Amino acid sequence: MSFFFEVLIGGLLAGVMYSLVALGFVLIYKASGVFNFAQGSMVLFAALTYVGMQEKFGFPFWLAFLVALAVMVLVGVLTERIVLRPLVNQPQISLFMATIGLAFFLEGLSQLIWGTDVHPLSLGITDEPIESLLTQFNIVVSKFDVAAAIVAGLLVAVLAVFFNRTRIGRALRAVADDHQAALAVGIPLKQIWAIVWSVAGFVALVAGLLWGARNGVQFALTFVALKALPVLILGGFESVAGAIVGGLIIGASEKLAEVYIGPHVGGGIEGWFAYVMALLFLLVRPEGLFGEKHIDRV
Amino acid sequence: MQIWKTSLVAIALLSAAVTASAQDPATQFVGITSYRVGPYGANGAAFFSGFVDYLALVNERDGGINKVKLSWEECETEYNNTKGVECYERLKAKAPNGPTAIHPMSTGITYSLLDKVAGDKVPLITLGYGRTDAVDGRVFPWVFPLESNYWDCATAIVKFMSDKEGGAASLKGKKIVVLYHDSAYGKEPHPVFEEEAKKLGFELKLIPVPHPGNEQQSQWLQIRQYQPDYVVLWGWGVMNATALKTAQKVGYPREKIIGNWWAGAETDTEAAEGAAKGYYAASLNLAGNDFPVVKDVEKYVVSKNKTGTDAKVVGNVLYNRGMSAAMMTVESVRTAQAKFGKKPLNGEQVRWGIEHLNLDVARLEKLGFGTMLPPIQVSCENHSGSGLVRFQQWDGKHWKAVSDWISGDRAMVRKMVEDGAAKYAAEKGIKPACLPG
Amino acid sequence: MFYREAGQFKTSYGADQALFPIRQDRIGLAVILALAFVAVPLLASQYLFNAILIPLLIFSLAAIGLNILTGYAGQLSLGSAAFMAVGAVAAYNFDLRVPGLPILISFVLGGLTAAAVGVAFGLPSLRIKGFYLAVATLAAQFFIPWLLVKVSWFSNHSSSGVISARPIAILGYAFDTPAKRYLLVLTIVALLALAAKNMVRSRIGRAWMAVRDMDVAAEVVGIRMLHTKLTAFAVSSFYCGVAGALYAFAYLGSVQPEDFNLDLSFRILFMIIVGGVGSILGSFLGAAFITLLPIVLDRALTAVALQYNLGFDSGVASMLQLVVFGALIIFFLVVEPQGLARLWQIGKEKLRLWPFPY
Repeated sequence: MSFFFEVLIGGLLAGVMYSLVALGFVLIYKASGVFNFAQGSMVLFAALTYVGMQEKFGFPFWLAFLVALAVMVLVGVLTERIVLRPLVNQPQISLFMATIGLAFFLEGLSQLIWGTDVHPLSLGITDEPIESLLTQFNIVVSKFDVAAAIVAGLLVAVLAVFFNRTRIGRALRAVADDHQAALAVGIPLKQIWAIVWSVAGFVALVAGLLWGARNGVQFALTFVALKALPVLILGGFESVAGAIVGGLIIGASEKLAEVYIGPHVGGGIEGWFAYVMALLFLLVRPEGLFGEKHIDRV
Repeated sequence: MQIWKTSLVAIALLSAAVTASAQDPATQFVGITSYRVGPYGANGAAFFSGFVDYLALVNERDGGINKVKLSWEECETEYNNTKGVECYERLKAKAPNGPTAIHPMSTGITYSLLDKVAGDKVPLITLGYGRTDAVDGRVFPWVFPLESNYWDCATAIVKFMSDKEGGAASLKGKKIVVLYHDSAYGKEPHPVFEEEAKKLGFELKLIPVPHPGNEQQSQWLQIRQYQPDYVVLWGWGVMNATALKTAQKVGYPREKIIGNWWAGAETDTEAAEGAAKGYYAASLNLAGNDFPVVKDVEKYVVSKNKTGTDAKVVGNVLYNRGMSAAMMTVESVRTAQAKFGKKPLNGEQVRWGIEHLNLDVARLEKLGFGTMLPPIQVSCENHSGSGLVRFQQWDGKHWKAVSDWISGDRAMVRKMVEDGAAKYAAEKGIKPACLPG
Repeated sequence: MFYREAGQFKTSYGADQALFPIRQDRIGLAVILALAFVAVPLLASQYLFNAILIPLLIFSLAAIGLNILTGYAGQLSLGSAAFMAVGAVAAYNFDLRVPGLPILISFVLGGLTAAAVGVAFGLPSLRIKGFYLAVATLAAQFFIPWLLVKVSWFSNHSSSGVISARPIAILGYAFDTPAKRYLLVLTIVALLALAAKNMVRSRIGRAWMAVRDMDVAAEVVGIRMLHTKLTAFAVSSFYCGVAGALYAFAYLGSVQPEDFNLDLSFRILFMIIVGGVGSILGSFLGAAFITLLPIVLDRALTAVALQYNLGFDSGVASMLQLVVFGALIIFFLVVEPQGLARLWQIGKEKLRLWPFPY
């Protein structure tokens, strides 16, 4: 039984890491209706910038973090200016494709600037089992994963406050609801979009640091976006809460499936299990767990 | 107007591309399908830096192979098969003699080129990767898995484990997990491990890791529950560092993990930081900067910044492997020159040279490689030439050799190679025979 | 002046409904086909065949397949590569296991197998729409290659799971040179492209477009949703499947399921976006653009680097190429969101009026 809990807890904690990436997708989709495929590349770009600042200039944590954040804000603003603004009112698929183009651009640029080496990244928390749990219950729970989950929880709390309590947050929600109505009451749409992309850049930075500390900062970081997509369909594209709950469900069920179903079918099912599960789930609820229901009219 | 501007730019680019300078016909042109970007860019960059640096060294120090200068060109494949084919075709057309020999450094590209090289008469050297049964040169005359192959590696790993336990009989009843990259590459050694398990009586569990392998919690929790005596790590790229870090996370001792030679480079262990200390890996060549040839490269090439190599990677496992790959190409050309004359050679002549390559201890010593490599003697029946593997351990800073050059059950591997090659020959309608030369 | 339909009178319904109603189009097509079938095989080098023309044609076919599904029927799919894999592996197995089966029949059977799998994965489209469906097709993209690797029967128990396709021979005639393989691929692609062109203006093609434009409205006017969406998936997957079989047999000569990854699916999607969504011609233009652009950029950058001795390695050139590629995609979407096919159309309109554009 302890093994079951071990897998479950590990899965839930891994799920939090997926949520973190999914969150970036949700923010942008909510405010601008863009399915931003470049989120994975933004994670790589942010993490590489942070590591680069530390390695090249020997910046301490907070300074490197601030510089990386500034760079991500710049990326966000430029994206709004160069990519999104000219594509206003285009079909969603065009915007989606534009973000794939952006993904290529960022992947190339980040490796051009910082090289293709694998950079170790240390946040000062080693990825080891917590002793007391290991000795008392024989359950392995990683210190690092717990810390990452706490960071992710804090991030969600901050975002929730930002969305619900601040003036900009309210403007964001208004934009998400109806672009034109928001424009009509005097909300500056362009600025709002730039802010959303900057916030998504911030989320990418946090995700990049945590994932980078887990696996080393390298090109493969862009693949974490693929782990976030089933989380999105399960949770719904428009819901922050959905990203969190979806992440927990996906994380836990994919680990349990790999451990308990995997050995019977040859293993390695993690790559697709989350997608198939999300697909089956969609058949029951086509707009995701917390997604908004759309009504089609002729 | 947009159309005109776009097409003008396109034409300008096209003409620049077409007028690219052709290679000097008086040199031995080496076409290099390399990759320095993409998911495995870090590994490729180290390998191909070593490769190019050795070619540059031959030119700078010796003035070429018997005064025949080398020229080369790299084409970026990004570890992608279609790009690899495009690069191969491009490099082949670059010089009248063809690209000397192609090192794809990718099992996938190797498979895509397998049929093409025979028709085009271009030797394909796959140093420690690619199609294993290509060792049988009677079926695959143009393919050379030099030094060693995955099956030799698998049986050598088993040998290494049994040596550590104290003899072959001691593996009986032990539990061994093979954690592998879920792809062609990862599946290749399964038959050998299964055969060894039957023969030596250990319990074998194969656990796949889905590509790219940046999330392995469930695999390692399975391992923790199973409590194996050893874990064999058959990974590539980000999977290796993640495996080591996840092993630390679930508290599995790294001294019990043994990687193959694509899981044992500095890029893997450095990314895993402290988690890699104590980890073993097989190797085709030793790491280190103390070999005379590495010193020469530092002196003639790297310090003069001839190739733009990052001095940091010099002496790395993969850098040295790249140098040895280049050395084998150069020495094959030298061997062939003894027969065909001291001039730039074509693919057929180079192929003869590879098939008659003989690098004994004295020769390796003279070339400055010393103990970095095992002696290699290639023949038509055996396109591999050595099959010897050495084991290294990561001490937190460097790879240190912990074994001699060893090999496992070579006879068993040989039989499997011949069976595999015969099956391929039957499927494709090939009559096995040595090429005359 | 040259491209004017004035004076071409249609005297029958048949003439009015012809595939290419304008005479100049017919002549143009005949010239292009003649060039492709006669001039190119005589002039092209081996590099051109193996590295450019054959993959270009094969990707055009896959792009037509995706264009039928996404451009005409409006169902966004990110799984085209997986269906190519099904076609490739199925064709290999039919060729290997049914002795004496003509290779062309194997290709068709490969396509049909892909169509069947496509229908299975198309079923959710009845309930799911838009990006949700796109992400759902990713399930196919990840599941199918996994299955092909896991079940070793598919690869005839090869130890690595890689398939080596057998040489192509039709009625004892071996297609053993790149030029011959090119002609074979060209013939198949040309026939299937004409069939597609024909299909999209037929009853079923119009039903697809109705569903794309407004599925609720289409259902109201009596178009069977189940039938229409599933035929779109079937036909699209058939095209992708045949493209996959050609990819295995005529291009690479080997199949690794991992080859047919998400990246390839994206590339095919790029082709139809850049070429033109909902256009057969656009599929060709897009495939040409996406296949050639990286090669041209790579060669140009390498050449420039050599010329001016910039001293950067192929890796830097490749990353620059990635940057330029990404930027160009965005540029294209901004400047001409309807793709190259639209540019071609504008050109035609201009030609119609030329030299008196009033």
